[in-house]
Amino acid sequence: MRIDCKHVWQYISAYIDGEVDAELRAEIDRHLETCEICSAVLDSTRNVVVLVADERVFELPTGFSQRLHARLDQELEPTGSS
Amino acid sequence: MTAPNPEFEAETIRRILAGERHLFHDLIRPCERPIYFLLMSLLHNEAEAEDAAQDTAIKVYLNLKNFRGDSQFRTWVLSIARNEGLGRLRKAGTRREDSLEADTDEQTGDYTPAILTSWREVPLEALEREELGALLRKAIDGLPEIYRNVVLLRDIEEMDVRETALALGITEGAVKVRLHRARALLQRDLAPRLEGFAPQKTAGKGLFGWFKR
Repeated sequence: MRIDCKHVWQYISAYIDGEVDAELRAEIDRHLETCEICSAVLDSTRNVVVLVADERVFELPTGFSQRLHARLDQELEPTGSS
Repeated sequence: MTAPNPEFEAETIRRILAGERHLFHDLIRPCERPIYFLLMSLLHNEAEAEDAAQDTAIKVYLNLKNFRGDSQFRTWVLSIARNEGLGRLRKAGTRREDSLEADTDEQTGDYTPAILTSWREVPLEALEREELGALLRKAIDGLPEIYRNVVLLRDIEEMDVRETALALGITEGAVKVRLHRARALLQRDLAPRLEGFAPQKTAGKGLFGWFKR
């Protein structure tokens, strides 16, 4: 069976996560070998996934951890509470 | 993100409950990032998310004896964070209606990706430039809430499908569908703009099927 581009796009995310079965993976791989458009879509989607996972993109606010643990200290060592 | 360590967690919880309360700092530390970003995704406000994160940590501490160990500790913590965030939204009367889109999870939905063949390299070195980070954050912030939560836990905090489903109170199938949609939306939004950050090798070889530069 030949699969078309739209079919491939539906499985891009599962393909990236290794969640397509061997048969479908082989079909997609065959399609990608000859379809520059789909292999570009796959690459750019994978790139987006790699980029958003980089910890430089999402950083905790400065001092977040210190403030959290200071607040916890108040809770962990209550003065005068029962 | 720090990988969860169930043995360390179980032992630490036992010791905290036995009186070594200061150990709670070490227990909660690996969960700080996912707590904050989950709340940020729900509340859209740094100060509010930070305050909710602190309240979450305290609730986790106060309820620690109720943790049964039948889910991962972090999953349990994140469900407390989610409840904290949803509670605040309800109180403020700002629960956004886009969660209704959950009803459409079953349909696979066609999407048309951005098509350009000249961008293949990941511009990781360009992340040193604040501009690229801001672009990525804005794109994720612009996603509907039900997609944003999933991207946050799966792709940013790198949690697995099962843990993401448990933390968000949705099925594993819904996690996969939403992640697929979210990545598709991000690809369509970001690919044309990220191309400019890529190391230049071959210029002007793009194929632009559905959109204009």
